[in-house]
Amino acid sequence: MSALAQKTDPTVFHNSNSQEFVTVYVADQLLGVEVKSIQDVFSLHDLTPVPGARKEIAGVLNLRGRIVTAIDARVRLGLEPRAEGYANVMAVGVQYKGDDYCILVDKVGEVLRLDDTSFELNPLNMDPNWKIFSKGIYRLDGKLLMSLDIEAMLSTIDLGVST
Amino acid sequence: MDELLSEFIAETNEFLETVDTQLVQFEADPNDSATLNNIFRLVHTIKGTCGFLGLPRLQFVAHAGETLLGKYRDGSLNATPDSVQLVLESIDRIKQILGDIESTGVEPEGDDSELIGALERAAEGILGESTATPAAPEPAPIVEVVSETVESVPLVDDKGQKWDADLGRFLKPGEVSLADLEAAFLSAETEEIPAAVQEKPAEVERRMAPERRAARDDEDDAGAKAGGVAAAAIRVNVDVLESLMTMVSELVLTRNQLMQMARNSSNSEFKAPLQRLSSVTAELQDSVMKTRMQPVGSAWKKLPRIVRDAARDLGKKIDLVLEGESTELDRQVLELIKDPLTHMIRNSCDHAIEVPEVRAAAGKDETGTIRLKAYHEGGQIVIELTDDGAGLNTARIRDKAVKNGIVSEEQAWTMPDAQIHRFIFAPGFSTAAEVTSMSGRGVGMDVVKTNIQLIGGEVDLLSTEGKGTKFYIKIPLTLAIVSALVVGAKGQRFAIPQLSVVELVSAGGTSSHRVETLNQARVLRLRDRLLPLMDLAEALGIQSKSQGDALNRECTQFVVVMQQAGLSFGIVVDEVFDTEEIVVKPLSSAVAGAKAFSGATILGDGSVIMIIDPATISRAVGQSEAIAEESESTSKIGHAKGNGNTSLIVFRAGGNEPKAVPLGVVTRLEDLDAATFEQSDGRILVQYRGALMPIVPADMGVEIKSYGSQAILVFTHNQHAVGLAVDEILDIVDEKLDIEMATDRGGSLGVAVIKGKATEILDVGYHLTQALGNWDEPTKQIKRKSIVLVEKNPFFRNLLSPLLSAAGYDVEAVDTVSAALICAEYSKPSAILADIDEDENSARRLLSDERAQGAPVVALSGSAESDGEGFAAIVRKSDRYGLISTVEYATGKGMAA
Repeated sequence: MSALAQKTDPTVFHNSNSQEFVTVYVADQLLGVEVKSIQDVFSLHDLTPVPGARKEIAGVLNLRGRIVTAIDARVRLGLEPRAEGYANVMAVGVQYKGDDYCILVDKVGEVLRLDDTSFELNPLNMDPNWKIFSKGIYRLDGKLLMSLDIEAMLSTIDLGVST
Repeated sequence: MDELLSEFIAETNEFLETVDTQLVQFEADPNDSATLNNIFRLVHTIKGTCGFLGLPRLQFVAHAGETLLGKYRDGSLNATPDSVQLVLESIDRIKQILGDIESTGVEPEGDDSELIGALERAAEGILGESTATPAAPEPAPIVEVVSETVESVPLVDDKGQKWDADLGRFLKPGEVSLADLEAAFLSAETEEIPAAVQEKPAEVERRMAPERRAARDDEDDAGAKAGGVAAAAIRVNVDVLESLMTMVSELVLTRNQLMQMARNSSNSEFKAPLQRLSSVTAELQDSVMKTRMQPVGSAWKKLPRIVRDAARDLGKKIDLVLEGESTELDRQVLELIKDPLTHMIRNSCDHAIEVPEVRAAAGKDETGTIRLKAYHEGGQIVIELTDDGAGLNTARIRDKAVKNGIVSEEQAWTMPDAQIHRFIFAPGFSTAAEVTSMSGRGVGMDVVKTNIQLIGGEVDLLSTEGKGTKFYIKIPLTLAIVSALVVGAKGQRFAIPQLSVVELVSAGGTSSHRVETLNQARVLRLRDRLLPLMDLAEALGIQSKSQGDALNRECTQFVVVMQQAGLSFGIVVDEVFDTEEIVVKPLSSAVAGAKAFSGATILGDGSVIMIIDPATISRAVGQSEAIAEESESTSKIGHAKGNGNTSLIVFRAGGNEPKAVPLGVVTRLEDLDAATFEQSDGRILVQYRGALMPIVPADMGVEIKSYGSQAILVFTHNQHAVGLAVDEILDIVDEKLDIEMATDRGGSLGVAVIKGKATEILDVGYHLTQALGNWDEPTKQIKRKSIVLVEKNPFFRNLLSPLLSAAGYDVEAVDTVSAALICAEYSKPSAILADIDEDENSARRLLSDERAQGAPVVALSGSAESDGEGFAAIVRKSDRYGLISTVEYATGKGMAA
């Protein structure tokens, strides 16, 4: 995490009204995950599927001796599941209620410090299934970044009911 | 909670356990001054800390107890069982208050004045109501400590209370000053009664204080050692140990990975250091495992007290012998066996050990012995619980087992005794003639067995009538590391806990064992028995990548024979890899929903595999049996699996608009011949599968046909079937059930859109209630209470007994009181109904005879004059409703008694 944070030049964006994000892509959509909620960013080597679990749960994996539950962001956001399997997929490791999780994304971009002035609430016509997981939108040059709500991504998933 | 407070609670709880044990020891030998000094010191420490932390209730109770103990110690009072009981009660009160503090963080409100009063009276030599004059005066004058700062303060106030400089306040009646106490500690070693201290000049005392404190600490240690507890111990937070454990298992995994790499590359320079790392890691793992271990004796500390109390309550003489207390096992396991063990000990006291007279008559020692022994055996801990009591009554267990429908009569008579004894582990099984405060409610041994099985242990027994009973409990050393069989299904690996695996059989291919199928169910012939099989991949719902199930059956497969909850079954797997010692890791809450797994583990190669929960698989086997049974009506429907949809049965009933009920609640769809319908009691009934089934229309508009075939939806609940008559069954659909228009009209849940049409969803519960009245009261249906009816007049006998049996009772109608007593002894009725018009005096015999004990006697009278004094109730024979409600009340009372 600290390595990632160092990438941005602190002198340029030293502003209390800004936040740092790790940008990730899920099916061409640019998403931002707040740096402070991220534990690790890693690429997947091995994944053990869990039969009978919810379809969002891609499986479990061993990350330095800890068992981490992998959540497929594509499925969680209601997109097409990836056809090519999970080999070498990028994962963002987070902790929620004492358990280790990782969110599987298509691509991990860079670390950005985004100013609060470019922040906007979710547009009204946004897909309600996405709204749940979005904290809001940042207007970037030429593209939009959705601030991913990690809590929301994980809060309903632990109900344990298979759908 | 305050850190100081929580530490105090943990420490005090430990103290109290010791005090309990020591008090029992002290009661047995009141002259043992070492024990008494120990107890005194512990209670005093509790009191002192309470005062320091500001817990007045605790402090006063402890103080009162201490005063009484002080009297024992200075010899002014002799310890009697009754007064020791009082001290034990005060210890209990302290425990109770502590428990409240532990859960709420503050001392609870409450009044202890009664207990404190009793303790103070006892300290003055008055016990209970006895009117003996308060003999003992205040203890001999206590040392008066004079310090520079308090010189001006009078040492004794007008009430005769003494000033204590250390405490900075007057002493309470009977309280011992700190200085005196310390002196007591000093003298304890030499077993002297603290009297000489008085002469000691105060100034000397002051100067000596630091040294004395050190001396006291040393003495504390010495005392602790004498108590059998090693003093070279520190308190470590359990979380710290747990994280240490996790890190060590991580280290082990990393080591395994390194070793594998080193093995692949020949003559690596890492070989030697790796070897060393390996052995150090193994040792580290061992030591860390040891930190989790606790001597089993710590779980036994409460037992002497329990046995003592039980013996006192029951008027028995019981010795408890503990052996192998230092046998160590994982603290997690220890916690889990505490309760079952306590329960079993209580059972032994209550049922096994006879009262002294009976023992003497049987030529045994009047004092019964309960022996608890723990030892290691083959990586497991064995705990033996032996008593020299009455042993199990084989005949009574056999009778009860037959009566409860656990075995058939013939089976019961051909079974070996040992097997019959094991029925005491069956749910709801209690042969105790009467329920006592501690056991006999029939929720005992099965709970014990389940709890022990939960941690992968087992329990068995050996009993000889008249000689005693021996229970064997086998439990694993630890839950953190289990031995598991790694198997493969459809390319995925899973771990099965070795404890539930009985054997491995290879089947199919060239093997002599063959998997056969019955309809859909697969079975294996194993030693002339059919073993139900379940495909692991199927049970877990893994999609097979290559279609070729038929082909698969031709190749060799492995059957893992498992035993779970008395059920033997086989799991078919594709591959069997190895057995491994695995470290169980809990699942994240997101995955915990997948019920088939109890945890996950990391194998030596770093990959994660899931640990299968055998209980879930055994349930899956049972379920597939149930499905097979019902397949005649439901097989064509298929099962809506995991897509949030509900299977609904759509039908027409009264009008053209469709109606629906969830398929899950329907037991069967039937087309019954309307000619077989019968009218009785204003209802339409049909004889269906050997019982009468009421038929109700699904809607007011439905006319139940009188000829031809009538479509019926059959619902069953508690072995009661109800038929819902409909006009026509339209379809079975699998749709998302979304009731859009709720309604309050009885019989309907609301309206939902099904297949594009507004469809009324019926409330099945409503119709069941209409037809059966009390379908949702399972106890009434399943367990009928028995009643003995004593009535000389055959007319009334024949009138009343059908009435009672219609109300849900098993009625035994007899004509004389003597016959009733025989019945009562045999069937243990919930109530006895006796006529008092013919012969009231003989009916009164029912009240006093011990064979009818426990059953309330209800008097039956034809006249309004009888008063029925002494009977549980009196009821008029002609009062039908009164009779039923009285019986209901009386049987309810009988159960509660």
